[in-house]
Amino acid sequence: MLAAMRGRTERAVLAAAGTLTAIILLVAVALSGLLVTRSLPLLQTQPLAALLLSTEWSPSEGQFGFYPFVAGTLAVTMLALVFAVPLGLLSAVHLAEFAAARTRRLLLPLIDVLAGIPSVVFGVFGIVVLVPLVRDVIAPRFGAVTSGYCLLTGGLVLALMVLPVIIALGVEVLRSVPQELRLASRALGVPAWTTVRRVVLRAAAPQLGAVLVLAFARAAGETMAVLMVVGNVAVLPDSLFSSVYPLPALIANNYGEMMSIPTYDSALLFAALLLLVIVGTAVTVARWSLARLRAGLA
Amino acid sequence: MRRLREWLPPQLARAATMVVVAALAAIVMVILRHGLSSFSWEMMVTPPASGFFLGGGGGILNAIVGSLLMAGGATVLAVLLGLPVALLLQRGLLAPRTAALCRLAFDILQGVPSIVYGAFGFTVLLVLGMRASLLAGTLTLALLELPLAVRAFDEALRGVPAALLDTARATGATRVQALLSVACRQALPGMAAGVILAFGRGIGDAAAVLFTAGFSVAVPLSPGAPAASLPVAVFFLINSHIPRVQERAYAAALVLLLIVLGLSVLTRLAARWLGRYRIP
Repeated sequence: MLAAMRGRTERAVLAAAGTLTAIILLVAVALSGLLVTRSLPLLQTQPLAALLLSTEWSPSEGQFGFYPFVAGTLAVTMLALVFAVPLGLLSAVHLAEFAAARTRRLLLPLIDVLAGIPSVVFGVFGIVVLVPLVRDVIAPRFGAVTSGYCLLTGGLVLALMVLPVIIALGVEVLRSVPQELRLASRALGVPAWTTVRRVVLRAAAPQLGAVLVLAFARAAGETMAVLMVVGNVAVLPDSLFSSVYPLPALIANNYGEMMSIPTYDSALLFAALLLLVIVGTAVTVARWSLARLRAGLA
Repeated sequence: MRRLREWLPPQLARAATMVVVAALAAIVMVILRHGLSSFSWEMMVTPPASGFFLGGGGGILNAIVGSLLMAGGATVLAVLLGLPVALLLQRGLLAPRTAALCRLAFDILQGVPSIVYGAFGFTVLLVLGMRASLLAGTLTLALLELPLAVRAFDEALRGVPAALLDTARATGATRVQALLSVACRQALPGMAAGVILAFGRGIGDAAAVLFTAGFSVAVPLSPGAPAASLPVAVFFLINSHIPRVQERAYAAALVLLLIVLGLSVLTRLAARWLGRYRIP
């Protein structure tokens, strides 16, 4: 094979791969742009602020207030994080710092399995176990009456789904803290847990923050499991036991009726755009920080 | 007192891990218990009869076939497109900053919720004036799986020691030859894991195919026909008010869970079998 031919094939292959990558990225941008253009009909009827701050949702009358849905998304997501973050971080600390290697090797794949379980299966679990639990055990304790299809149940299901993300990424982050830091601390006489608390966690804090933002993004975008247990009523959540209606659930529930009411399709695609912006910003910030922090540590 | 402050948090951490494992076990056991009672082999190989959703006879073959076809096709596409992209990101081919930006872009795409991909797909269908179909569902799933595949292949390839690739270059291989002959072979376990992971993501996802593949009680026989899928079938069945129909949802969920658990086992086995090429 002549050297020149090798060079040409090489360059052709690389050019093809480069073109392919560029096309893929452009397709992603184009699809986002498409969402924007299809949302425009709605944005032309009312100013953005009115759409985002109004609580009136009545498509047949042309009322599209997105505030309850954004509030619902944030409520169920933050509740899930309240449950999942302490549990997940503690578990990550255990697996990364204290557990035997054998335990780690056994449990981390199991946690990945949890991560791979489809959303609808979590939803079924939620309907079978969590809804009755909330309805018959938890709500009466607090003196509330609920069907069980409420914010609390959604938060619990979502917490289960977000736990593996927090644990897997948390373990990765903690293990990337240089061992020298731990050794130096122990050599100075600092006991094990205090080392973890004041050295390892402090070193990993920015990256752990990014992991939490990623968990937020994962939770906010989750559709099916939440939709199955959360009640889907377009009101502002005023208690743990009231039904809410997060953005993904809104889109999934109503796509069938989209075409029958004017600007309804525009509204639902605007909801998708909102979700894309919220989740996309969170993921971008988190991933970018992680990349920079990793480069800094290395 | 200080002894307690040293001793307690690690115990709490260990307890946290046990809670998480217990939760996983609970989910698997609940689905097993509810699903097994209404499971039957007949259900796996029969399409729904008329009145299936009202308690009539039949099974979920339509959903099983639809899911396998769509996830399978999507994974093939995602792997075919994702491998060249991942290869391109490797050391020495792109400027480091460009490669880092591309990685970031695919990480972001991986984080986009699947319902947004469903909305993407649906919008394209609207613009083209087409209806929900097997093909549309497959393409949307491929779009969903692609960033995952790219990042998984990328991480697998990055794990190959640089010294190995330098040695290959030193023997006269071009960059592409070194990547394909040496790096890919070394990274096979990780890449197989990536393929299986992508397939698992595709088969489990309802939001992306809800709008784009539609639903049908017929086994999908052509790319233009609407196609049922397991997750969507579970969703529809469990919303029924008829207990007999709800039980079918449990059976379908069990099938889905078993597929996903099976994929995890497959990943371990594939990693072991393909790892026979590994040098260090």
